[in-house]
Amino acid sequence: MSCYTFSISPDYLPSDLTGWFIFNTWLQKITDTRFHLELHDSFEQQRYDLDDDKIDLIYANPFDAAKLVREKGFKPLVKPQNRQDEVVVLVRAESLYQCVEDLSTKPIIISADDPDVLMMGFMLLEPADVVKDDEITMIRKSHVQVAKDLLNKEGDIAFMLKSSFDELSDLIKWQMRVLVESRIDLITHVLMASPRLEPLHDSIRNSVLALASSPKGPSVMEFMPMKQWQNVEEEEAEFMIDLMDAIMS
Amino acid sequence: MKIRYFSGHTREFNVVDEEIPYPEGRLIVSRTTTRGIITHANSAFVEMSGYEAHELIGADHSLLRHPDMPKEAFRDLWSTVLAGRKWQGFVKNLRKDGRFYWVLATVIPNIRKGQIQGFTSVRRKPSRRKINEIIPVYEQMRFDEERSI
Repeated sequence: MSCYTFSISPDYLPSDLTGWFIFNTWLQKITDTRFHLELHDSFEQQRYDLDDDKIDLIYANPFDAAKLVREKGFKPLVKPQNRQDEVVVLVRAESLYQCVEDLSTKPIIISADDPDVLMMGFMLLEPADVVKDDEITMIRKSHVQVAKDLLNKEGDIAFMLKSSFDELSDLIKWQMRVLVESRIDLITHVLMASPRLEPLHDSIRNSVLALASSPKGPSVMEFMPMKQWQNVEEEEAEFMIDLMDAIMS
Repeated sequence: MKIRYFSGHTREFNVVDEEIPYPEGRLIVSRTTTRGIITHANSAFVEMSGYEAHELIGADHSLLRHPDMPKEAFRDLWSTVLAGRKWQGFVKNLRKDGRFYWVLATVIPNIRKGQIQGFTSVRRKPSRRKINEIIPVYEQMRFDEERSI
């Protein structure tokens, strides 16, 4: 029996890992197919594997999802219900910056190497005429490290996924302030499959959609970052890709 | 005030010289047919335009067109997107109550199976400095347009 590779977007929270392993075990049983759950430390590492066509099933962030559909023929299957990707721009609590327009055009920005976060973060800074520039962007390995380094005054502001910010301890959150927060409502991670996995597309989609109402559902989903999955129509996926195209410009 | 559109039709409108600030972090998103008829409006669009969703769906997107906008800007928009390319520019939009709001608009053709099926327009908060730069440019363009009539 051939073994496929299942990868998840490297912006996962450590607390979600147990959930992904349980989900992968369940998926293998329900589809009678072997999946190896490959965890990547960085988006860069994951991108190498995507370029080499080593990934068959992926829980992709919206930025990668758009590229995978257009460039690799991946098919979006399902998305998490009521879980949109939003970004916060943070400053230290005592910062003099009260709004985006207060920023200089070259603030020092701390961010994880997350293409979604960088894209949406820089979009939020457009009213201050800040443009994407590697010289002013300090990349960190994780969102937690981003928060720590902002508090250590290594930068002026930080970009973070809102879901990651919400997970920080109150002690850390109290030392920071949200300067601006995206409220896009339309962009989400997507579970998508490669063309190589085409014979299993319907089986995976139908099984995952039926999971919530199945007896196994509560135990499989207990440690997952989402409570339920919902279908992604082809046009809906195309719409999200068009949106990403627009934001990237 | 009588607003005259590129298509030739006109409408009376009470234009109020008062700007509504763009809401932080939001994207205004709409979709239209290839003829500019609105088929989708997100909640930010409904809130900022001042219209009800049912008033927007089925309406011509030019409903939002402010008389201070030069016709050439929209001519350029349409020729660009109908050629299958992305258009971006600063747009002063007219609300239902006559007040206005500035956006940085990006319009992209929705290409499905090689055919343009419609357009998606995504508007975001613009830089004030850039708006201040574009205002005299648009004024000059409108002045030239009026002289050439």
